Amino acid sequence: MSVVTGLRPKSPAERLLATNSWLVFAFFYAPIVVLVVFSFNANENVGIWTEPSLRWYREVFRDEAVMGALRNSLIVAAISTTVATILGTMAALALERFRFRGQRVYDGLLYLPIIIPEVTMAVMLLLFFAQGFQWLDGAIGWSPTFGIGTISLSHIAFNISFVTVVVRARLGQLDPRLEEAAADLYATRWQAFRGITLPLILPGVAGGALLALTLSLDDVVITNFVAGPGSTTLPVYVFGLVRRGVTPLINAVSVIMLAASMVLVAVSFGFQRGSRGRVPESMAEDG
Amino acid sequence: MAAAVALQGVSKAFGDVYAVRELDLAIRDGEFFSLLGPSGCGKTTTLRMIAGFEFPTEGSLQIHGVEMALQPPNERPVNTVFQSYALFPHMTVEENVGFGLRMKKVGGTEIAERVKRALDMVRLSHRATAAPKQLSGGQQQRVALARALVNEPEVLLLDEPLGALDLKLRQAMQTELKDLQARVGITFVYVTHDQGEALTMSDRIGVMHEGRLLQVGTPQEIYERPTSRFVAGFIGEINLLPATVIDHDSVRLAGGRLVAAATGVAPGSEVTVALRPERLELYGVNEVIPTNLNTVRGRVTRRVYFGDVFFYDIDTTDGVIEVKEENRPGVDLHEIGEEAVVAWDPAASTVVER
Ligand SMILES: Nc1ncnc2c1ncn2[C@@H]1O[C@H](COP(=O)(O)OP(=O)(O)OP(=O)(O)O)[C@@H](O)[C@H]1O
Ligand SMILES: [Mg+2]
Repeated sequence: MSVVTGLRPKSPAERLLATNSWLVFAFFYAPIVVLVVFSFNANENVGIWTEPSLRWYREVFRDEAVMGALRNSLIVAAISTTVATILGTMAALALERFRFRGQRVYDGLLYLPIIIPEVTMAVMLLLFFAQGFQWLDGAIGWSPTFGIGTISLSHIAFNISFVTVVVRARLGQLDPRLEEAAADLYATRWQAFRGITLPLILPGVAGGALLALTLSLDDVVITNFVAGPGSTTLPVYVFGLVRRGVTPLINAVSVIMLAASMVLVAVSFGFQRGSRGRVPESMAEDG
Repeated sequence: MAAAVALQGVSKAFGDVYAVRELDLAIRDGEFFSLLGPSGCGKTTTLRMIAGFEFPTEGSLQIHGVEMALQPPNERPVNTVFQSYALFPHMTVEENVGFGLRMKKVGGTEIAERVKRALDMVRLSHRATAAPKQLSGGQQQRVALARALVNEPEVLLLDEPLGALDLKLRQAMQTELKDLQARVGITFVYVTHDQGEALTMSDRIGVMHEGRLLQVGTPQEIYERPTSRFVAGFIGEINLLPATVIDHDSVRLAGGRLVAAATGVAPGSEVTVALRPERLELYGVNEVIPTNLNTVRGRVTRRVYFGDVFFYDIDTTDGVIEVKEENRPGVDLHEIGEEAVVAWDPAASTVVER
């Protein structure tokens, strides 16, 4: 038998597909390259290249409106990620480990925020808050306003679904016998959760939390609807600026946001993947 | 002294399907008790009720005289060895074994000592710091055993613990388990669908079928004195011949032959005569047969050589009868197509329901 050393000649179809892949790739990434390159442009004018400079990045960190929006973004992201991760994990546990009345319906409804159009969700939330505040005012004379609170609540509302999906996938791989074994070895429900279940689903919880964080930091549509005056988040602020014309400042802000998102997504993937190998065989076999 | 485990009128329904029905059972202190039965007969469900993973729909369950039917698993003095082992994947072997003691708030030095002793017992001290998935199936099995036994439970529950092992390892572990049980003196409740395993390891066996406990007895009683057609047929090879009761010590076989057999049911009842192939003897038509033996005449239709034994199929008017003859020096061989007489001592047969 002869040893194959060279590569097999490519068929025309293969060449075509390969070329196509590269074109698609270019189509995706060309705009990003343009954005990044121009964010380092010294010129006041967006479209005219003069020389490389970090000028606009400096401007970003000096601009109080941008910094305020960034601060809001971070506060909202922190609150909504924390709350959504806790509630979403609890929902996943309830759905995977217990049987209760109305579970089917609950199961279906939980995924609604993922499916329905974002604008619809935004309008719903806006209406809900407006009506709710009116009612509160009438009932107890307290009239809250739109702002960080409403944005956080809205982000929690859609993030719970995503966290639940991710945590449930992880829980589904977990052998329920492990929890029984813990109980058999005198662990209370809480001890079994703390000592066995939680450590084993932690990669899923962390992945869900990072996903929630990313979604919260990126959201424009819903936030735009439920934000109050002076309480915009960074993406909403950028969106507002764009309508008044693109400035090089926006390029720099966008690149920073892009970089942050990519880091978060990469870390999130790392959690999901790095943990997969740690799921022991006994889990996969059983059932 | 109260039984180690006592179940009284225990039933378990999942929805409207009964997995276990009206089970009465007393497992003695220190015995190796096996629950044996075909797939889906309710063995696991029974074991899980003793462990506390399932709660009986009805009935009482006591462990050493204390009512435990509705107690959660962590409040019961029993431990379980799972078929899938269920070792905690994020803990080392010794952390796994020490888990129960940690939950019981045993002191640190005592935990270390007892874990070490338990690992010595299953000969795994050298793998104490390994992760479970670095171990072979047999080793994982032994960790699961150590993890349960280290707590010195009053009763150890094992659900087909050898099911995932290959035959060689399985046989080695059977001996090991049996020795271990004799040494620690803990009551073992062992679930299996493997009759060989149950017969060789158990002090007593409970045979289950469709959620009911059909018979409880020593392996010998179960094998030699089955009280039902199901138990007779489930364990070992057996000939089941339809017959009609004549009086308390004779029956008429379907082919019309009158044979002696202790019956204990009313004349005229339709019954089954159960005969173990190895309790039958095969004679040539011209041989002299002791008069106290029952005989049925037929024709040899099959002969299979197994080395140590021959299996014959004898076609008679009462049905095909399988005979197992030892391959001793001087044994007469019967050829296919030959006439032959099947003979047996009336005491060797058992009469069960139709
Ligand atoms: N959680 C459950 N929900 C519904 N039905 C169940 C459940 N557990 C067991 N059953 C049913 O109860 C019956 C007895 O099951 P069990 O697991 O006790 O059988 P088994 O004797 O252990 O069988 P096997 O040898 O296959 O393990 C089966 O018909 C099974 O389908
Ligand atoms: Mg079972």
